[in-house]
Amino acid sequence: MPIQGEYMGMMLTIDDVDKENREFFRHCAEGTFHLQKGKESGLLRYPPTTACPWTRDREYEWVPVEGKGTVHSYGEVHHPIQPAFREKVPYLILVVDLDTQKGEPTEHEALRVAGNLLTADGEFAPPEMIKQVGIGTRVRMVFSEVANGFALPHWTIDEDAEQPESPWRYPQE
Amino acid sequence: MALSSDTDASSPKFLRGKYAICGVGETTYRRGSEESTRNLATWAINNALADAGMEADDIDGMLNYSGNDSVFAPQVANDLGIRLNFYMDVHGGGSSTEALIGIAIGVIEAGMCKAVVIYRSMNGYTQVRIGGTGARSAVPIVGDQIHHRGYGWQSAGQMFAPTFLRHMYDYGTTPEQVAHVKVAHSKHASNNPKAYYKSRYTVEDVVNSRIICKPLHLLDCCVETDNATAIIVTRLDRARDCKNPPAVIQSVVGRCCKPRGDIHLHYQHGPISTVAGHYAKDILFTNAGVGPEDIDVTGSYDAFTFTTMLQLEDYGFCKKGEGGDYVSSGAIELGGRRPNNTSGGHLCEGYTHGMNMVIENVRQLRNDADDCCPIGLDGKRQHTYDYSEGGCRQVKNVEMTANLGWAHPGAASSMIMAKDAR
Repeated sequence: MPIQGEYMGMMLTIDDVDKENREFFRHCAEGTFHLQKGKESGLLRYPPTTACPWTRDREYEWVPVEGKGTVHSYGEVHHPIQPAFREKVPYLILVVDLDTQKGEPTEHEALRVAGNLLTADGEFAPPEMIKQVGIGTRVRMVFSEVANGFALPHWTIDEDAEQPESPWRYPQE
Repeated sequence: MALSSDTDASSPKFLRGKYAICGVGETTYRRGSEESTRNLATWAINNALADAGMEADDIDGMLNYSGNDSVFAPQVANDLGIRLNFYMDVHGGGSSTEALIGIAIGVIEAGMCKAVVIYRSMNGYTQVRIGGTGARSAVPIVGDQIHHRGYGWQSAGQMFAPTFLRHMYDYGTTPEQVAHVKVAHSKHASNNPKAYYKSRYTVEDVVNSRIICKPLHLLDCCVETDNATAIIVTRLDRARDCKNPPAVIQSVVGRCCKPRGDIHLHYQHGPISTVAGHYAKDILFTNAGVGPEDIDVTGSYDAFTFTTMLQLEDYGFCKKGEGGDYVSSGAIELGGRRPNNTSGGHLCEGYTHGMNMVIENVRQLRNDADDCCPIGLDGKRQHTYDYSEGGCRQVKNVEMTANLGWAHPGAASSMIMAKDAR
């Protein structure tokens, strides 16, 4: 049976043969971020795939990974495209460098994990919070439940981390 | 097992200078075509045949690219009474044109057919909107798509935004610098009677237009239009028998990818401010036997102002990181050192997923840009080279052009064409 759930009024579906995505989102629902670790390479990868991009190895295990990182870049949406996001603008789409495996196996590679900027309570970040976040901001992962056994990873400001004095933001507010 | 490298690009197998574009055609560029994509396709192909001076019997190959928004080749060929020896319908948008020209060369070289029509027909405003609203945003979200559409990360502008912002962060590129791309292309479009948007814009107009998705303002984004475009590829000796001078193909690349592509395009492998043109350039220039300094006119894809800038930089038309300086220097405008998208491109003329930029460069090489100049007794435009509004858009002495196609930051196609040396 496919896993389905309604999220912000959108129906999200994972087919039963899509084992990689099922496991990825199931771990999120359990509250710990997991990634596939290639058996041969010992390297983590994101988003879920069917083989290791460094060794082509199809064997892997799911391992827990700390959901902490630094904003590498972002998009700040003011004109919504999908109807579900009409009430949410402006909202941030973050591309976050995880601390784990940053700069490996080559200098410019990193596990860059996407998500929206949410409050610690899991609401879409209000405009005053969005203005605090830019390239360099330290963030931690939070999860939004979609259905039983299915949650999405997102990001919020890491209150305990040392933050840059002024993270880089697009010059026009 | 190590394969031997093919480093001698001057060898005959690279087909440099052996194939040509012998005909080009298009419909009007409109919003509200009131025509099916099937009807638009036959219209554009008939114009390309007329341009080449060819009949249905002269064509026996057909290629088309689309994304669940168009008509397939056999139906179009049947309508036109063209009997095909080869056809293929390819999934894809931007970066398809040049890659399909490469496929056409390959199948002709293989003896499978003798002349290939390539078309792109779309109601990008009326039916399947290219910006992603309407039908595209209503498609169910399944599997991998959850990783982006689940985050309200769907349209091209939204998907590319982190790349564009990171370039600003890495190199200090400013919104004003990049706005010059729209300024240049709108200047070109003002001398193009076919262009959907013919008004000239200033840097202030661009940066004061509303924000769509930072760093993109409304005027940093391309237009959505309804239209079809078509080109004909054949061997150079056959092209020489056609009505207009051939545009001779020197090299093609595509679709060439960055490492580690995925559903989010290219973010796992940095620097994310570098795009696939960085990889494509080594094939493009090597196989053509020329460098960026030999190119007179560029056709760098302009889905967004930033796209044009990033590609010109990564193909080596300026130093890495200096794309902002290059596009704001006047070099890319008519009258500048190397004008880009002299038709107005996707920002102003109309959106075709790349083909109108190839058509424009063919006309530039023929010295026959369809601008506002008067037509002489020989039936050709008498170019004035006065680039003021409503004037000329032909570049002087065009010998060689480069088209730089783009699907997204992680995938590119490109092509160099030259005037027939004969």
